[in-house]
Amino acid sequence: MRFHLKIWRQAGPDVAGRMVDYDVENVPGEASFLEMLDVLNETLVARDEPAIAFDHDCREGICGTCGVMINGRAHGSLRGVTTCQLHMRSFADGDTIWIEPWRADAFPVVCDLVVDRSALDRIVQAGGYTSVHTGTAPEANSIPVPRHAAERAFDAAACIGCGACVATCKNASAMLFVAAKVSHLALLPQGRVEARDRVRTMIARMEQEGFGGCSNTAACSAECPRDISMEHIARLNWESIKARITSGS
Amino acid sequence: MSLDAKIPDGPLAEKWSRHQAGLRLISPANKAKIDVLVVGAGLAGASAAASLAELGYNVTCLCFQDSARRAHSVAAQGGINAAKGYQNDGDNVWRLFVDTLRGGDYRSREANVYRLAELSLRVIDQAVAQGVPFAREYGGLLANRSFGGVQVERTFYARGQTGQQLLMGAYGALLRQVERGKVRMLPRREMLDLVLVDGRARGVIARDLQTGRLERHAGHAVVLATGGYGTIYYLSTLAMGCNASAVWKAHVRGALFANPSFTQIHPTCIPATLETQSKLTLMSESLRNDGRIWAPRKSRDERRPEDIPDDERDYYLERKYPSYGNLAPRDIASRAAKEICDAGHGVGPTGRGVYLDFADAIARQGQTVIRERYGNLFDLYEKITGTNPYETPMRIYPAAHFTMGGLWVDYDLMTTVPGLFAIGECNFADHGANRLGANSLLQACVDGYFILPHTITDYLADDIRTGPVPAEQPPFETAEREVRERIDRLLAIRGTTSPRRFHRDLGITLWNHCGMMRNHADLERALADVRALRERFWRDVHVTGSADGMNPELEKAGRLADFLELGELIVRDAIARNESCGAHFREEHQTDDGEARRDDTEFMHVAAWGHAGPDAAPQLHKEPLVFESTTPTVRSYK
Amino acid sequence: MDTIAQKILMALTGLFLCLFLVVHLVGNLPLLMPLPAAQLRFNAYSEALSHNPLIRLASLVTLASVLVHTLVSLVLTRRNRSARSVRYAVARPAETSPWYARRMGLLGTILLLFLLVHMRTFWWEYKFGEVGVDAAGRRDLYGVVVAAFQAEWYTALYVLCMGALGYHLLHGVASASRTLGLHHRRYGRWLEGLGITFAVGVSAGFAVLPVFVYIMRG
Repeated sequence: MRFHLKIWRQAGPDVAGRMVDYDVENVPGEASFLEMLDVLNETLVARDEPAIAFDHDCREGICGTCGVMINGRAHGSLRGVTTCQLHMRSFADGDTIWIEPWRADAFPVVCDLVVDRSALDRIVQAGGYTSVHTGTAPEANSIPVPRHAAERAFDAAACIGCGACVATCKNASAMLFVAAKVSHLALLPQGRVEARDRVRTMIARMEQEGFGGCSNTAACSAECPRDISMEHIARLNWESIKARITSGS
Repeated sequence: MSLDAKIPDGPLAEKWSRHQAGLRLISPANKAKIDVLVVGAGLAGASAAASLAELGYNVTCLCFQDSARRAHSVAAQGGINAAKGYQNDGDNVWRLFVDTLRGGDYRSREANVYRLAELSLRVIDQAVAQGVPFAREYGGLLANRSFGGVQVERTFYARGQTGQQLLMGAYGALLRQVERGKVRMLPRREMLDLVLVDGRARGVIARDLQTGRLERHAGHAVVLATGGYGTIYYLSTLAMGCNASAVWKAHVRGALFANPSFTQIHPTCIPATLETQSKLTLMSESLRNDGRIWAPRKSRDERRPEDIPDDERDYYLERKYPSYGNLAPRDIASRAAKEICDAGHGVGPTGRGVYLDFADAIARQGQTVIRERYGNLFDLYEKITGTNPYETPMRIYPAAHFTMGGLWVDYDLMTTVPGLFAIGECNFADHGANRLGANSLLQACVDGYFILPHTITDYLADDIRTGPVPAEQPPFETAEREVRERIDRLLAIRGTTSPRRFHRDLGITLWNHCGMMRNHADLERALADVRALRERFWRDVHVTGSADGMNPELEKAGRLADFLELGELIVRDAIARNESCGAHFREEHQTDDGEARRDDTEFMHVAAWGHAGPDAAPQLHKEPLVFESTTPTVRSYK
Repeated sequence: MDTIAQKILMALTGLFLCLFLVVHLVGNLPLLMPLPAAQLRFNAYSEALSHNPLIRLASLVTLASVLVHTLVSLVLTRRNRSARSVRYAVARPAETSPWYARRMGLLGTILLLFLLVHMRTFWWEYKFGEVGVDAAGRRDLYGVVVAAFQAEWYTALYVLCMGALGYHLLHGVASASRTLGLHHRRYGRWLEGLGITFAVGVSAGFAVLPVFVYIMRG
């Protein structure tokens, strides 16, 4: 297969970038999207041009490292996959493909298609955990957790932190990401203990990092490679309201 | 050099508790004066960094990924073993110990393995308290499943994403300490050298992968938690970024490298089909609980698998290993697949594949049950291959996966360089010649949460009066200069071949000659090939871009340069170990029915290699393995 | 105030306005009665409204809700826009979310303008204009209504604006309920259905009135 690519090139965080045209040929349909970029990079290296930088690691959809905007869709138009799980067979031969980095002021571009998503780490840092010291944990089976609660907590915990929700949201909002973490821990007795403080600190940090607000358009959930449901945003709001009403401060 | 593993005296079951009781302590006030560097933020690195910071040390943690949450621990699908004995099936610490030791074909230390089994109890407690959503029974208590190589149900799991969930727990613990100011987290940093001051590990040189700047990081001790190096085979189940550079630099600076050739080839991966392919995807071993592995009896059978009648199928694992069947350990299952494909019974376009069939399980238990158990794995398979495993059997083939080899460490997890510790997959300690399924997450957690924080304290007890380690001193300057020179050298070659091509060539050589089956002649050829490749690399590699700013090609080239040296050591180790054991299968040493034949008189030792320079033969040091509580037997899974 | 608090304000004021819409619609239903009952009942209702102190208070709250709803939406929109200063060269949002969910600002602006026109035509006329009296001696707002909807363009404008209202409500009710944290695995769907029914019912109800008047009283 052959493709015409329009790719965002930007040498560094402080320089201007632009879309650059490339042609890539002899791409097997079974190749993944990132393997197609590998093929392109090999030709660039052969021409002594700098290779296109893009984030990627596990290439099996679990690490959350990869992610680009493909023809205006986060991780491409196939539902429930990351960029590395998208295969070229889902494009037509000769297609023009626009490839852009995640766009959000909270995700500054580092180089080409690579963005800095450390804002998401900082949100988790504000309270996305249980404050349990190593070695202090009680026997695991001492607190039964209803199976359905564990399953729903898992649905939220499945978030891989790729940032597609932010990238696709018209407001560049991180609500689904925050909701997934808050909801995961709010559903488990182990996480309930700090639920009130967690939701407050995580929301405050989310706001500081410059993400937009939530308009409930559900584009985030539609684009999420792990199918995190909007239900978790509702739960985040509920937890937030509870925390506002019951907190002393 | 005589290797002292510092195994404590006393009965096996009491070694760790006695040893721990004898370790020196440091008061909280004094811990605040001590800096520890942790390289790697996977399950081992994050758990160690978090636990050390909780104790009061000042921790700097580096990882090459853009976030601490991305390390390849996330990809462990199947589960984590723990001898909780919840299922009333007779499991206990002793059985986990024996299974691990036996699975490793008696090439690991009794004391280490026992400690692993013993501390497994606490790992589950820790993870549950962190909010890891393990699978549960309807009564709300934790569920278990069985896993390759064992006959009990002791594997805890979180759907097919146990590694990710455990890592999220450790990542949360780590970030909590970042928030408290006790951990300085530095992502997108690659360690490029280890700095020794007066013979002790006192720092690292790292490259900021975002800006290209070289940085000096100083501390009182250095902990490597940098994972495995299976990517040396080019196509592997590992993440693209996994590399051996940190451990290799440590090795060059004096840390012995143990059993480098012990590489686990995972039996259930999606077969490679393309030249452009960049990696292989693992299908969790847990699939073997319900899936049956078979190949057509007829050679080069072109029929669709559904059309091949049962009596023309060879369920070869069930045939060869009636008692374990499809749950035979990984090395055995992998080799069996290779043999059957070599004999012409392989399936798929390349003939390198066998079927993993769920038709019986679906007929017996219903599609709902199977979907509940493996739904996400089936979806993953369908995404990649475009075929639906509910309807047609999966095609699988072995792929390079886990490296049992790694930096040699003593019982305290310290390498032969004082102050340099290695934890998780990057050390060699617990798995012997073959790792048991669901033991890698266990080892990473146990090392990071429960062992290192104690043993490193004992080492650091000498450092409470040292004061801050300055990075502005000659050893750091020299190391930084050397790193810079090497980067410049790589960029200056401007040859004709991309790093990726070299990597591919190296991978093919190792896979073909030092993979699932090895023999002396092939290994000698591989040795010559790897050397020639290294020589050509330094003459002909082409690295585009510059050292300033982000340059993925430069990163690849640097990692590959280290792989080329490590590759040679791997082959040398495989040559020197003139026996078959676990994953190391020397064709010269097999029984009449094709099973591995150990040589316990000559090779009951850990092979620890010392670096003697890039072109000199490495020195082999042997650490004898002593079995006080068990008797090494011939592994039999029949 | 963080964006979630702002959203809660949006939701609460929005839901209050929904309540207002229901009351308003029910009050307007006499328009559909046969003559002369329609005229008498409608004018009686109008008079009752303008003299009830509770209703006056409620109308102040309604006005405040409109203002708060508008102002907060401006603040939020500004923030949301500034969260992405470099836009995508290619974006295909239509594939992941319905257009009206992304165009609430536009729909809201239409409704605000509509509100001004609506107030000018009826409220202003009723209060300050030259309005006749009906058989019961009440100011004949009914006559004002009938007169207004004689113009085709004006009637059409109303129908279009009620379309905008329908879409605004369609997303607004669902969004508000999520913002207020309402969710349930089983009853969530019911709630969703209720929201859709409400949006369609209210907007269709309001759209039927001018059309009815235009056709039946023309």
